Amino acid sequence: MAPLYLDANATEPLRPEARVAVLAALDLGGNPSSVHAAGRAARRLLEECRERLAARFGARPQEVVFTAGGTEANALAVRGLGRGRRVLLGATEHAAVRAAAREAETLPVLADGTADLAALAARLAAGPPALVCLMAANNETGVLHPLAEIAALCRRHGALLHVDAVQAAGRVPLGLAASGADTLALSGHKLGGPPGAGALLLRPGLDLPALIPGGGQERGRRGGTEPLPAIAGLAAAAEAAEPAAAGRLARLRDRIEAGLGPGARVAGAGAPRLPNTTCVVLPGVAAETQVIALDLAGIRVSAGAACSSGKVARSHVLEAMGLGPDAACGIRLSLPWNAPEEAPERFLAAWAEMRRRLSRAAA
Amino acid sequence: MPANRPVYLDNHATTPPDPRVLAAMRPWWEENFANPHSVEHALGREAEAAVEAARAEIAALIGAEAREVVLTSGATEANNLAIKGAARFAAARGSDRRRIVTAATEHKCVIQSVLDLAGEGFEPVVLPVGPDGLLDPDRLRGAVDGRTLLVSVMAVNNEIGVIQDLPALAAIARAAGALFHTDAAQAAGRIPLDVEAIGADLLSLSAHKIYGPKGIGALYLRRRPRVRLAPLFSGGGQERGLRSGTLPAPLAVGFGEAARLAAAEGALDAGRIAGQRDRFLAALRAEVPEVRLNGHAERRVPGNLNLTFPGKVDAQAIMAAAPDVCVSTGSACSSAAVEPSYVLRAIGLTEAEARATLRIGIGRFTSPADVDRAAASLAAAWRRALAEARKAPVAAGA
Repeated sequence: MAPLYLDANATEPLRPEARVAVLAALDLGGNPSSVHAAGRAARRLLEECRERLAARFGARPQEVVFTAGGTEANALAVRGLGRGRRVLLGATEHAAVRAAAREAETLPVLADGTADLAALAARLAAGPPALVCLMAANNETGVLHPLAEIAALCRRHGALLHVDAVQAAGRVPLGLAASGADTLALSGHKLGGPPGAGALLLRPGLDLPALIPGGGQERGRRGGTEPLPAIAGLAAAAEAAEPAAAGRLARLRDRIEAGLGPGARVAGAGAPRLPNTTCVVLPGVAAETQVIALDLAGIRVSAGAACSSGKVARSHVLEAMGLGPDAACGIRLSLPWNAPEEAPERFLAAWAEMRRRLSRAAA
Repeated sequence: MPANRPVYLDNHATTPPDPRVLAAMRPWWEENFANPHSVEHALGREAEAAVEAARAEIAALIGAEAREVVLTSGATEANNLAIKGAARFAAARGSDRRRIVTAATEHKCVIQSVLDLAGEGFEPVVLPVGPDGLLDPDRLRGAVDGRTLLVSVMAVNNEIGVIQDLPALAAIARAAGALFHTDAAQAAGRIPLDVEAIGADLLSLSAHKIYGPKGIGALYLRRRPRVRLAPLFSGGGQERGLRSGTLPAPLAVGFGEAARLAAAEGALDAGRIAGQRDRFLAALRAEVPEVRLNGHAERRVPGNLNLTFPGKVDAQAIMAAAPDVCVSTGSACSSAAVEPSYVLRAIGLTEAEARATLRIGIGRFTSPADVDRAAASLAAAWRRALAEARKAPVAAGA
């Protein structure tokens, strides 16, 4: 039987629409900065992708900066907007955002993983203008922060708001203008596009210095020849990723959560969450043990984020939610867009077998 | 290439991906799309193994070890990382070396990176080059001292194709205790590159200049003695903390295949490309005898011709009159700019001469028919542009 891939938050399988766009762009060739016919054709496609991505996420085309991915988009925003400002950072942010602001103050989250708005309001009132970094959806638990309220608080206190929307984009309704954010970071391969392209969307009128200057591409905000095939795949995937289709994934996830059995619980269960993500905590069993057992059974899941590669420590996300020692016992299941209907039953069978074996070993 | 498509002679701006590169990449989009950092599961480990095999091919192209290669989004990022990363790491360690030396004909992203560091307390020095485009080793020797941190000189110029004497330049930098970085984006696959023979501490590569995909490049980082850098940005800690972000496995695999092909076929390509170049230049000179070649006559890559046309015509007008040929007036990033090429100005061309100059880039897939058609088309376009220029009234006051 083919392995069951439940690690979409590490990377989504390529969508067929994105595949077509990548291959067409590869055939096109040309450097978008060249003025001859091949260059102009590449430029036309690049600008068309920019317009489509902008339209999809409520931004203006000239405020779309293409990057190599989500990490760079986050770093560009946090480094660029954080100059001369206090940086307030959600306790459950992705490493890409945390690493971009070394001297940040941490904003606590509530036990359900959502931002502590009272603490945010107090911090904003307590000092000079800040840059607030809060993600739209958490990569480990899928928990959604209340962006509208956060944006309103930031506006009231003259703070800028950067939103890491890498996991939320395409999975829940999301728009730059509607969210009230100043910048929004996106990643192609988390949307079902190919890896190698991402974008930062800027509020109109906002500007920031380049993190990687070069030949003046992207209006001087990002140098380097644009990776057109990856960008074409990003734009196509963004259009194909329809949040309405997420209802199906939510039903699959609910079936998984309903069948976990006694003793296991779901982190952030009470909070609004991504439809495709569930973080299952099995107290007393290290996440690594669970991941390996499931991998042997052909089920691909992960313990926390993919980037920390193997070195499974306690999840900073679960620790921030107050799980204590259980923070080392959570596994992340994230359903890809093409998850099969039988995914819950296949997972639950492997899960039950794993638990049987663990209890026999303990006995 | 189909007859209705323009002849592509702009292989410095970007090269068409080799069909074998495309074939190597496809399974990593279609069959195994896993994140190569997801080493907890089998799919992720397979992707990781493919990326590591690609890294070994890239390293082999330049005589390095795989663990000395850091993958980036391209040469621009690799150049930024090499220059700013070395400077910031040294400064954080309390080094009093502050001078960073480069040449006036470097790619814009190198010059920009060096100049940006002035704002962080470093001393940028931009050296002039000779009329042949080469940096005189004596001039470098005069600029490098015990307070010099880094020397960055490109291997092959992106506009005039000249090959710098890297071993001589690197020896001067290293004798003074400075690091030597070279932007080899235009050199890889065109001339043999060996980090030991060069004496390079840092070397930048780009995949899409060697018939690989856009969106990936690499920085070579010497291990013995170890060169240390501060990352440009951080995150998940990939590439040993030097370059965070999910590695694009299909692009890495494509880069690896492109590097393998460059190592295996680069010498063959060079011979064939030199033949096409000679054929093109002979055909063009038969029609436009006074066309002048810029840059050193021998120390140059075979695919490059940088040609100043006679008669004070505007190169843009020649290009406009030859829409069936893709050539350029300078580097692609500044192609749309109004300013004439700073590289050509640096080798002593007047502004009018620089404006009358075209860059021709012949590549792996250029056929004899392509160069015949391009030479005929450009010669006819030059004649038309010349006639137009003579017909047009002289601008007021000029």
